[in-house]
Amino acid sequence: MRRFRDRLAYALGIFCVIIAIVPLASILIEVVRNGISSINLQFLTSTPQSGGGIAQAIQGTLLLIGLTCIIGVPLGLVAGIYLAEFGDNKFGKTIRFLNDVLTEFPSIVVGILVAFLLVVATRSFSPVAGAFALSIIMLPIITRTTEESIKLVPTSIRDAAMALGIRRWRATISIVLSTARAGVVTGILLSIARISGETAPLLLTILGTDFFFSGWNQPIDALPLRIFRDASLPSAVARQQAWGAALVLILIVLSLNLGVRFATRGRPSVTRSRI
Amino acid sequence: MTISIQLAQVKPEKTEPIESKIEMGKYKVQTDKLNAWFGKNHVLKDISIGFLENDVTAIIGPSGCGKSTLIRCLNRMHELVPSARTQGIVLLDDSNIYARGVDPVSVRRRVGMVFQKPNPFPTMSVYDNVAAGLKLNGVRDHTVLDKAVQRSLEQAFLWDEVKADLDKSGSSLSGGQQQRLCIARALAVEPEIILMDEPCSALDPIATAKIEELIASLKEQYTVGIVTHNMQQAARVSDFTAFLYLGQLIEYGETTELFENPGEELTERYLTGKFG
Repeated sequence: MRRFRDRLAYALGIFCVIIAIVPLASILIEVVRNGISSINLQFLTSTPQSGGGIAQAIQGTLLLIGLTCIIGVPLGLVAGIYLAEFGDNKFGKTIRFLNDVLTEFPSIVVGILVAFLLVVATRSFSPVAGAFALSIIMLPIITRTTEESIKLVPTSIRDAAMALGIRRWRATISIVLSTARAGVVTGILLSIARISGETAPLLLTILGTDFFFSGWNQPIDALPLRIFRDASLPSAVARQQAWGAALVLILIVLSLNLGVRFATRGRPSVTRSRI
Repeated sequence: MTISIQLAQVKPEKTEPIESKIEMGKYKVQTDKLNAWFGKNHVLKDISIGFLENDVTAIIGPSGCGKSTLIRCLNRMHELVPSARTQGIVLLDDSNIYARGVDPVSVRRRVGMVFQKPNPFPTMSVYDNVAAGLKLNGVRDHTVLDKAVQRSLEQAFLWDEVKADLDKSGSSLSGGQQQRLCIARALAVEPEIILMDEPCSALDPIATAKIEELIASLKEQYTVGIVTHNMQQAARVSDFTAFLYLGQLIEYGETTELFENPGEELTERYLTGKFG
């Protein structure tokens, strides 16, 4: 009887996993099935005007991811380190609470805020405004995951570093952060995946365009915007393009993920010379 | 139940004769009326004790008696715990390490520490573990680092076992090797004193024997302080032994003397296993 129950629980678990995977798998299969046919060299390297492609959107998305990381990653890391190492007081608790609220913030609200702060103020849609909005979305995710992974580093490791007469900031950066590396990198990747799919704030900050990047105060395009625009057009060709763009977006996120993981995978660094 | 009542009745009384033994200037490191707290918990009470240069001093006593706290006060590690606080004087070569303006980081460079559980830095190689203290204090010269790594590993009796695997992760070694790696890591920054907090409690008897052998060789160059809850170990490795009970120093003297002819009833009862 007990054995039967054990098997039942196991079967139930498998069943739930399958149920959970079905939507995910079907989205992936659907995107690949519909998108694969529109992907070719021309689609990837030309703009809508020059050859019906999405090159300007790919360029825009990569530019936005890069810019957002430049703003968001250092800030998020420092904030996370601060919360983990020195955040055990009222100020830290307040910041942590606000950070959690920010994580749940609807992205369109972030978009409106940045639109008023930057776009209206400078009278131009711009990649900077887009990256600014996206980094507001990225920041709390990185802060939270960094804090959590640093807190998982055992006290004994910190003790060992301190007992060697290493300064606290040096120990935190070179030993604690390096020990927490895997978790921190996962957080950064999660946040990149999240922001590269954001559409709402981009509508209000970079607008979208059919042309390549043409200046820091000009609109640019991004894949989610391109998908949104193409998919809402009443044309089969445009919809086909939207599927292609969706597949490209997924591939970009996937390859970033794999690439970063490969580059930072846990192996001891080799720095010795002679022995 | 009866045991705990008996324990409560055995109260340490005399501490005077011990204090009188402490002469200024004779010791590598010595404390004077050292008190330590965790929050409101008074864990060290008026401890006055000295560690002689090039000798091994063992600190024994039942769990929670303040052994670890005592040695963590000697390199200012105690204050890293939030709510921890100390009062009193600790003289290292006749200068008070708790004096105003003393940088705890510079104290810790002179007083190295080895912990209960082997704690190599998990993301670093064997080489980088040993070199960490130097590197993170700004030493860049590879010849200096190479020499320091080899010397420290040799001193820690680990060189022969790992010289082919210096690039391997520090946590890939066995438990005993990891602990010797931690000792090598502490030695690399050339401290004057090595403090060990129950360094063998997570190790098997063979690894323990190796560490004990190592301690005996370390005292030729360093002043060694070792906390242990293993009385036989204290008897084997140390020249002087201090017995702590409930945060007070009950007895302190030459190890042979203290073990064969304890001056205090409490010490004798602890040594004979009546409590502990």
